[in-house]
Amino acid sequence: MLTLTPLETEALSLSLRVALWSVATSLPVGLLVAWLLARRDFIGKTALNALVHLPLVLPPVVVGYLLLVLLGREGPLGRLLFSLFGITLPFTWQGAALAAAVMAFPLMVRAMRLSLEAVDRRLEAAARTLGARPIMVFATITLPLMAPGIVVGAVLAFARGLGEFGATITFAANIPGETRTLPIALYTLIQSPGGEAAALRLTVISVVLSLAALAASEVLARRLRARMDG
Amino acid sequence: MLEMAVEKHLGEFTVDMNISCETSGIVAFFGRSGAGKTSIVNMLAGLLRPDHGRITVNGTTLFDSSHGIDLPPERRRLGYVFQEGRLFPHMTVRANLNYGLRRVPPGERTIQADQVVALLGLEGCLERRPHHLSGGEKQRVALGRALLANPRLLLMDEPLASLDQPRKDEVLPFIERLRDEMAIPIVYVSHSMPEIVRLADTMVLISDGRVEAVGAVDDLTSRLDLRPLTGRYEAGAVIEARVAGHDRDFGLTELAFAGGRLRAPHVSLPVGTRLRLRIRARDVALALEAPQRSSILNAIPAVVCDIGTEEGPQVDLRLDAGGATFWARITRRSLIDLGLQPGMAVTALIKAVAIDRYSLGRSAGPGRFLGDGD
Repeated sequence: MLTLTPLETEALSLSLRVALWSVATSLPVGLLVAWLLARRDFIGKTALNALVHLPLVLPPVVVGYLLLVLLGREGPLGRLLFSLFGITLPFTWQGAALAAAVMAFPLMVRAMRLSLEAVDRRLEAAARTLGARPIMVFATITLPLMAPGIVVGAVLAFARGLGEFGATITFAANIPGETRTLPIALYTLIQSPGGEAAALRLTVISVVLSLAALAASEVLARRLRARMDG
Repeated sequence: MLEMAVEKHLGEFTVDMNISCETSGIVAFFGRSGAGKTSIVNMLAGLLRPDHGRITVNGTTLFDSSHGIDLPPERRRLGYVFQEGRLFPHMTVRANLNYGLRRVPPGERTIQADQVVALLGLEGCLERRPHHLSGGEKQRVALGRALLANPRLLLMDEPLASLDQPRKDEVLPFIERLRDEMAIPIVYVSHSMPEIVRLADTMVLISDGRVEAVGAVDDLTSRLDLRPLTGRYEAGAVIEARVAGHDRDFGLTELAFAGGRLRAPHVSLPVGTRLRLRIRARDVALALEAPQRSSILNAIPAVVCDIGTEEGPQVDLRLDAGGATFWARITRRSLIDLGLQPGMAVTALIKAVAIDRYSLGRSAGPGRFLGDGD
């Protein structure tokens, strides 16, 4: 029970890699979008807000299919990416990371936006009067004060990325060692005769992983808050 | 020199102010809540943009709508002490203090951290976070932080308003020290006349978004026509005096002023120290001739200048004693009984015990900081 089979190791490490990459690459974008939604007024703000939240209400398969239409070899964006950088996303682990990022994006943006809205803007004004330019105010005041929200948003997105199934299997398919993440491997085992025992093991691994992520976020957020309150 | 002529519409409220005054010592902006004091300070600091107008401080233009000049707050070099302190909760006191200092070019740092820490008595709490400070300590840190940004002008917006009286008494002497030991002019916003009288030299009287008067604190508080704005409760006169001697046997201090000498409860300041004292109108009684035997130590010859025309059982009279202005509040009945008229010679009777600690402030002027009063 303690040693993992090569298949399990493969699915686990792939899942971690996909989830970590999806969080790492979407974090700056999420921060920018959260800032736009919380602090800026512009034409199309409602549309942007709706677009960000779309993955929350659309069936994941629809999101995966839309990604495929946009980013497939024949899709408008996919063709551009391939001709400019030689990048292909569908049916690759990078594609799986993108699908996970898109699905987790609303959760991440929501957490960061709420924490940004809770930052006392009077503190930022005080920092300006002390000689700090806006970018420095953001780095030294805003960002540290919203840090707990960033951590929560990142962990939520990570957990969501670990569990992503519908959009991933539609956009990146079920390729062993490339896009067969934990949930997809689990699904495959359930579909094959005599796979129940292995499926149970994967389930346990999934539960342990998710609990660990939650606990880590709790510890981190508590430590950040403690720093804030002295 | 502070010059500002600005106009700003804030919903129903309009701020339309024209202020021009010397910036030495403390300039007080006085007005009731909602008079537009904070708006005007925010416009000075660059946190609120006037619809149009011009702001210059000591020859530097901070804002000029006709030339498209609008310096951002970080380039105005005005220190701002907010009513609520606004310390950064995620930083220690030391980091808070250094926040502005770090952004001053090394060659321009005339005010150093050690000096400010000593001045404000912050040695004991440098490693603490704002969360663990008392209200008075927080405001002292806020003062130090603004000061260390090496500003050309220090703005204080009701820095004591959120503190209870003991905390106010704790912080006030630090503001006096700051005024006396640092060569930085201060704009002090307040709706508390006792604070202004104790600290400021010049006063800008603000009401309903407009400047009603600008002048010396003593002059404005003595003007009957401004009484509706300065407030009847505050009625009193500010007198510049000097410690002339101490009577150790009876624990009294003798103070010399333009109209003679006053005896007050002992203040532990050396002879020659200049003081500013405030004598409330209600503590001054009038007699037509000096009483022969009386418990009242101070009998000052004076002349009635003005008699208030307010309705009611009480009347305020303005008196002149050798150039110093006093106010006396007496009953209308006494006014009739004594037949008081402008121009009449009277004796102003002031109980020594009425001159309490809170009515004594150090006078602004060169070299008058002499350690803490008792």
